[in-house]
Amino acid sequence: MSTFDFALEGLTRVPGVESAMVVSAEDGLVVGEASMGGVDTAAVAALSASLHARIGEMAAAAGRQPPLVAHLEASQGGLLIVPAGEGLLLVAVAHSDANLGLLRLALRAASERLA
Amino acid sequence: MRVVESWVEAPLAEFLRESSARLVLVMTSAGQVVAQHGFSRTLDVMSAAALGAGIMASTSELARTMGQGSLGPVAHQGRTQGVFLAPFQMPRGNWIALVVYGRETTVGLVQLFVMRLADQLRAAVPAAAPTAPLLAERFEDELNASLRTLFGR
Repeated sequence: MSTFDFALEGLTRVPGVESAMVVSAEDGLVVGEASMGGVDTAAVAALSASLHARIGEMAAAAGRQPPLVAHLEASQGGLLIVPAGEGLLLVAVAHSDANLGLLRLALRAASERLA
Repeated sequence: MRVVESWVEAPLAEFLRESSARLVLVMTSAGQVVAQHGFSRTLDVMSAAALGAGIMASTSELARTMGQGSLGPVAHQGRTQGVFLAPFQMPRGNWIALVVYGRETTVGLVQLFVMRLADQLRAAVPAAAPTAPLLAERFEDELNASLRTLFGR
């Protein structure tokens, strides 16, 4: 099992997580993924990398460091983006009933594993 | 942006808005240009179309040699710019999108929006679009007419 698979398994084990992926921040391409289906991972990866770059620019404009976590909350669930080492992002797509606290801890652990 | 067929304009405008691409060429697999954005010289667009169609033809042949039905898009990443070439199926045959992009976007976004462009073009193609084959004796006239449209000359 690769480092990516190991990191992703830790995320998909969290109840309510629909999809998790390692994304190249520079390219917006999927490097590794674990999906329960129903999620267009290529599209989510491309848009997440773009969103993360914009949020980073916004933080810099506000005189802040790059974000440690980006959390988008929607009516039927959410999406979390966490930087994970050099040039990588961890992205998790979760249902609304997911334990987001547990997911954030799992993302942090996976991020440290990949760094 | 210049288009040979008007129904291509709206999907291409949306693609340009979403992808932040610098140069775009939409062409048939034979290298016949359907639309272009960002090219300023006739020679550039003709060279790019010929080279892009040539790369996709080589890739298809490689796929055939490997026993694959077809291969997907081709991305060449440079230091400051990249080239993304993607074939897609249209009712009138295979078309190719050639996109030059810079650091203001990513290959992932370009790929995503090229796929959407292909979907939108398939949805927009008129039912009664002309399907006459490109005859050799009309080729030069059609080429000149297309270039006049694409460059407004």
